[in-house]
Amino acid sequence: MPNSSNSIKPSNLIKDQQIIDNPWQIIAKDAEFSIETAGDHLLLPLATWLQHAEQLKNSKTIGVWLDSDESPEPLQALCQSIPVIAINFPVFADGRGYSYARTLRDYYAYTGDLRAIGDVLHDQMYFYKRCGFSSYLIREDANAEKALAGLNDFSANYQVGSDQANPDTPIFQKR
Amino acid sequence: MYIYDQYDRQIINERVNQFRGQTDRFLAGELSETEFLPLRLQNGLYIQRLAPMLRVAVPYGLYNTAQLRKLAHIARHYDKGYIHVSTRQNFQLNWPRLEDVPDILEELATVEMHAVQTSGNCIRNTTTDQYAGVAIDEIEDPRPWCELIRQWSTFHPEFALLPRKFKIAVCATEEDRAAFKFHDIGVELVHNDEGHTRFHVHVGGGLGRTPVISQLIKKDLHWQHLITYLEAVLRVYNQLGRRDNKYKARIKILVKAMGPEAFAERVDQEWQHIKGDENTLTEEAVARVQAFFAPQDYDVLDDSSCNRELASQRLESNDFGRWLDKNVQPHKQDGYAIVNLALKPTGIAPGDITDLQMEAIADLADQYSGGLLRNTHQQNIVLADVKKADLFALWQRCDALNIATPNLGHLSDPICCPGGDYCALANAKSIPIAEAIQRQFDDIDYLYDLGPIDLNISGCMNACGHHHVGHIGILGVDKKGREFYQISLGGNMGREASIAKILGPSFSPEEVPTVIEKVLDVFVKQRQPEEQFIDTYRRVGIDPFKEYVYA
Repeated sequence: MPNSSNSIKPSNLIKDQQIIDNPWQIIAKDAEFSIETAGDHLLLPLATWLQHAEQLKNSKTIGVWLDSDESPEPLQALCQSIPVIAINFPVFADGRGYSYARTLRDYYAYTGDLRAIGDVLHDQMYFYKRCGFSSYLIREDANAEKALAGLNDFSANYQVGSDQANPDTPIFQKR
Repeated sequence: MYIYDQYDRQIINERVNQFRGQTDRFLAGELSETEFLPLRLQNGLYIQRLAPMLRVAVPYGLYNTAQLRKLAHIARHYDKGYIHVSTRQNFQLNWPRLEDVPDILEELATVEMHAVQTSGNCIRNTTTDQYAGVAIDEIEDPRPWCELIRQWSTFHPEFALLPRKFKIAVCATEEDRAAFKFHDIGVELVHNDEGHTRFHVHVGGGLGRTPVISQLIKKDLHWQHLITYLEAVLRVYNQLGRRDNKYKARIKILVKAMGPEAFAERVDQEWQHIKGDENTLTEEAVARVQAFFAPQDYDVLDDSSCNRELASQRLESNDFGRWLDKNVQPHKQDGYAIVNLALKPTGIAPGDITDLQMEAIADLADQYSGGLLRNTHQQNIVLADVKKADLFALWQRCDALNIATPNLGHLSDPICCPGGDYCALANAKSIPIAEAIQRQFDDIDYLYDLGPIDLNISGCMNACGHHHVGHIGILGVDKKGREFYQISLGGNMGREASIAKILGPSFSPEEVPTVIEKVLDVFVKQRQPEEQFIDTYRRVGIDPFKEYVYA
């Protein structure tokens, strides 16, 4: 379960190569949710979001988060207008989320903000970026300033990725 | 061989910096043990029983003499003066200090070497035939394809944290020397009726706790789709492979659970999304890589006169004749031969060589074989382009270096993991077992009479010594705190792949040589003319062996 974030603590959210305020609140899977009384800047668990998909699919202020065992497949036809889709890494060594990210970007043409949440750390930043993530909620106890540097560990790539800022061609095509 | 350009150099240098930073942060306490673990593993760094172990990548087993000399220097300055040839064609240093590893990587980078993805749950070094490019039974040189796979899989952002390790082998010969049916993916190169390159893709083979022969899931894949198809396989595995139990996390378990047809269908669905994308290979890209592996400028030589000369040299020395018969293989070019340097003299850990031997071997490769070498998965070294006219002189030099034991493919040339002497995973030692068997069977004429026998020894279920696919396999097990050894028979690595059957209850280390002797007695008694051990075993089955050994 990702840590709930709130705006009182200093932000650990990285986007566009900088640390920014994080108004987004992650709603736990077992939390009560009522669409009538819901506030803004919420990230709902996939099951909850799907229950209200018709009302939410064009919402500018409510997003969704996927756990590591939840494929983005149910979002295929619905995701285009979702402002934020977050993918949870319960432990950083669980790499399923990388494939989910690429599926959203490359197959479903999702162009909104794709966010890595959970056990998100410095040493995986470059891989997140290359798989199409565009924002990163660094684990609470980790240093977001230092993690920023991880986005630029490499300056060339052998294979094509889903990097949004810098769509690349594989090296073999450039040579 | 493949030479780095500015991109390769840049990536490897950036990797050295990245790992230096990670090591510094670990030593400063900013990275926890758990967080550092996969990072160091993806750099080939294990924490072993006595010291760290660093595995250096040798892409598809091929390297040059500058690299070997650099490794000798590293073995001398950062380690205890020797290095180990692993069963995946890599090199391993047994005693580096963690603090020195960034410096070692920096030194390796100067000769275009690294330790990237030699361990960890990622795509490992792609392996192939140690005789690639010179084998007489080769359809096409597999190394350009291996190199293209290497580049694609290096720092692949999506596949750095797979459910488990992932190994790819490429086979392009009639006789399989890459054990492609025992890999997560075995890429089998074929030519279609028009002579165009195609691949049969086999998935879900492996050794370890659950040995499995792979399943063919794609026939006649066009070469230009090789990378996108591999990517589709990995994408399915990354999402569906089990992560709840590391012993059930390899792709072989997933393929078995889904069934090969359903797995193939799922891969095809994924593939339709990416087929034809930017990772699709082009003729230019392939030709560029193939050019690095173009045959060297061979001299035009008269093969029969070379052979006459060898025949007369045989008469001068029986030992040379034996070496020629056992350790030298035919070469596709007239007047040339392939030479195996034998790294299994009795009393030395199989696959170990010293810094001085490495430098001497580098000299031999420069003088006799175009400055290139290959590691074999049988843990020997190959000089692939030796003129037949040089064989006698080369043999004399090898003999003086103790790397000319004429036993290739025989019982005293075992595959053997480092085992309990080094490895933290091992249940039992393997090196002393190899040595005890070598000592027991030191009569070379008897070994020749027995014919080729693959003896494979692993110190634990992880099967680094490939015991499941040895004609005779030995597995170290822990029995109430004591080391015991389980014997199995009938495994085979080649195209007629088979998994060995366990003979019965395990034995104490002292009993092992006697048990092997009894197994061989049964073979000698049962064999028919021209039969090798594996043939006899397949004909008579395990029962006669069982009855005699446990009588």
